[in-house]
Amino acid sequence: MSGRRVVITGMEVLAPGGVGVKNFWELLSEGRTATRRITFFDPSPFRSRVAAEIDFDPEMHGLRPQEVRRMDRAAQFAVVAARGAVADSGIELDSYDPFRVGVTIGSAVGATTGLDQEYRIVSDGGRLELVDHEYAVPHLYEYLVPSSFTAEVARTVGARGPSTVVSTGCTSGLDSVGHAVELIREGSVDVMIAGATDAPISPITMACFDAIKATTPRHDEPERASRPFDGTRNGFVLGEGAAVFVLEELESAAARGAHVYAEIAGYATRSNAYHMTGLRPDGAEMAEAIRVALDEARMPGDQIDYINAHGSGTKQNDRHETAAFKRSLGDHAYRTPVSSIKSMVGHSLGAIGAIEIAASALAMENNTVPPTANLHTPDPECDLDYVPLEARDQLTDAVLTVGSGFGGFQSAMVLARPDRRVA
Amino acid sequence: MSASAVVTGLGVAAPNGLGTDEYWKATLVGRSGIGPITRFEPSSYPARLAGEIPGFVAQEHIPGRLIPQTDRMTQLALAAADWALRDAGVEPGELPAFDMGVVTASSSGGFEFGQGELRKLWSQGSEYVSAYQSFAWFYAVNSGQISIRNGMKGPSGVVVSDQAGGLDALAQARRQIRKGTPLVVSGGVDASICTWGWVAQLAGGRLSTSDDPARAYVPFDAEARGHVPGEGGAILIVEDGAAARRRGARVYGEIAGYAATFDAGPETGREPGLGKAIELALADAGARPSDIDVVFADAAAVPELDRAEAAAINAVFGPRGVPVTAPKTMTGRLYSGAAALDVATALLAVQDGVIPPTSNVEPAADHDLDLVTGEPRRLPVRSALVLARGHGGFNSALVVRAV
Repeated sequence: MSGRRVVITGMEVLAPGGVGVKNFWELLSEGRTATRRITFFDPSPFRSRVAAEIDFDPEMHGLRPQEVRRMDRAAQFAVVAARGAVADSGIELDSYDPFRVGVTIGSAVGATTGLDQEYRIVSDGGRLELVDHEYAVPHLYEYLVPSSFTAEVARTVGARGPSTVVSTGCTSGLDSVGHAVELIREGSVDVMIAGATDAPISPITMACFDAIKATTPRHDEPERASRPFDGTRNGFVLGEGAAVFVLEELESAAARGAHVYAEIAGYATRSNAYHMTGLRPDGAEMAEAIRVALDEARMPGDQIDYINAHGSGTKQNDRHETAAFKRSLGDHAYRTPVSSIKSMVGHSLGAIGAIEIAASALAMENNTVPPTANLHTPDPECDLDYVPLEARDQLTDAVLTVGSGFGGFQSAMVLARPDRRVA
Repeated sequence: MSASAVVTGLGVAAPNGLGTDEYWKATLVGRSGIGPITRFEPSSYPARLAGEIPGFVAQEHIPGRLIPQTDRMTQLALAAADWALRDAGVEPGELPAFDMGVVTASSSGGFEFGQGELRKLWSQGSEYVSAYQSFAWFYAVNSGQISIRNGMKGPSGVVVSDQAGGLDALAQARRQIRKGTPLVVSGGVDASICTWGWVAQLAGGRLSTSDDPARAYVPFDAEARGHVPGEGGAILIVEDGAAARRRGARVYGEIAGYAATFDAGPETGREPGLGKAIELALADAGARPSDIDVVFADAAAVPELDRAEAAAINAVFGPRGVPVTAPKTMTGRLYSGAAALDVATALLAVQDGVIPPTSNVEPAADHDLDLVTGEPRRLPVRSALVLARGHGGFNSALVVRAV
């Protein structure tokens, strides 16, 4: 089965700035930002007070009242995105053996928002050490163990094949989709509904990132708060969202006349084995992940037309991955546009990797590279072409997208047109 | 032909034994680790028993600087990983860093650590939340900390599929071996015996409310009434078979087959997917039902789930067609650690030619299972099937086999 190639035939994106692929791509291609002062709760006690929030009405997106009640916001995102992706792909899942359709959903922090809210209740505002079970919602177990997200998606699409949640921090989205690709390649399944979701904008998340000064304290101009690769950046902006894909084996997708966004040609993940939050400046492990992903895609590095960066907007990250691109692609790194959509939609932890896969596929679809917004003052140590402010029209046949996260995980994925010449 | 994935090291942290030897001895004599909760005052809760690990002093096992930044489940996992590496005779520092990966299962992350920080947030204020909260509680923490402590830079991962996760992690470890990584540290270790974790588990509706440690968790018994949660699990060293042979490693057995399925919702009226997972796992192992010498059951101890599991086993093996056991009756259900510990136990059964018993259970006749109770059953064990199910519909099955 090693010859099986995997393509994206459907997608749906829930990102700050607007639900749906169309809204998402308009935001990116116009270089607009969706970061704002937090509205979900009063952010004034926090060091960082901005986030990229989604204006999301679950019932407007087809969830019934009881579905809304039993699901954490991140699960709601995943279900809406999964239904949208299946509709977009035009696939008739009923015509497949359900045991050969699986689900993987990535999430870094699971139902953290729901848990935060419920803890506050059962502990009566933190007063009770012996928290009171009489006040717990009946679905608290589903918040406790985030595999409930995948269970919800599997039930909604009728999948009965191998299904799990992949949770590797901020690379969860890439790793979830990468895992799904491996399951199709090895022949365990024919179709995967795969993506990632996170809805982490809650007091506990803001507090823990405040404590390590990872998020930006810049709140005078919220719409300009996320500044990857800019010399004035000082931390990331938390976001939320989901992206889910329909992945199929290339030949069966072609046989049913499906629209193919892109082939997922290569994927790899490596660990830095260095620090739970720190990165070594040389980018060696991310470079190794990129090298292996290219190798798996049987593609020389100089065929990459665009790099969708992790670009979180911390000094440490931006320098780390700049080094990784140079280390893995050599001189071609200097000739390749690199951009970070986190400048526009923030950093939605585990979800963003999947959202960035969507951005990469849409860049190919539209032959347009999304820009890095808010990049006015280059950092002399970040000396690549970061596509400042404005999108760029260019033929885009192959994209490298990368992620880097707490725990030391470094992941890389290569998307390409399936009709490219294979070396 | 794909590379074979063999297990060369075990690290066990279980309520009835810390370390493989202590655990295995206790399990063979039917000594249980289930008792009244001591970690907090349980009298106000409807369930009051747990499988706690007594006598684990983190300072004796891991560097002091790691203690304030880790949850108990990570401390246990780091210790178990050390023991597993030692058991395998592996010095991680002597191997190329990219040749070693870490794939673990998680279910609720470092929940107790998270409770402490949530309490500070809501009772004192956001500025009191620990800098370690950002990574001490999340699901990826055990893989991250094990990779850092041991300098492992190869492909790593974390899966969450409730109690099925332990098998899914080992299957992913085998996948990485087949793709060319020579060694993967895998398994699962869990602990969330804290009041916040307890309340969340109570909401799942499957905890036994019995106060009798000998009768609280009795799967396949007419009086089955839910389970007792425990803490702990197992870390296993999975290696490429050829590489393990070359270095002369002792091999417990190979991960010969695996499959996972998902249940359609109960409203669909379709039968659960566990039986299909068993069939697919046997096919993946190239095994016939008659090749399987013992089944380690998921053993939910919820009557309809016990019935479904017995039916799935009997559909493949025939009524009383294969010895079935559930040593987790002595530890409680360990969440992401449960299935990893069952795989370790299955490999010990293969090694010693003995099936450990299910304790305290008087098998209900209508399940028609050959449940091993009382004394351990001595017989050659070449292949064992391990079953695991996760809340919400996850089914996984894994075959281990002597090499």
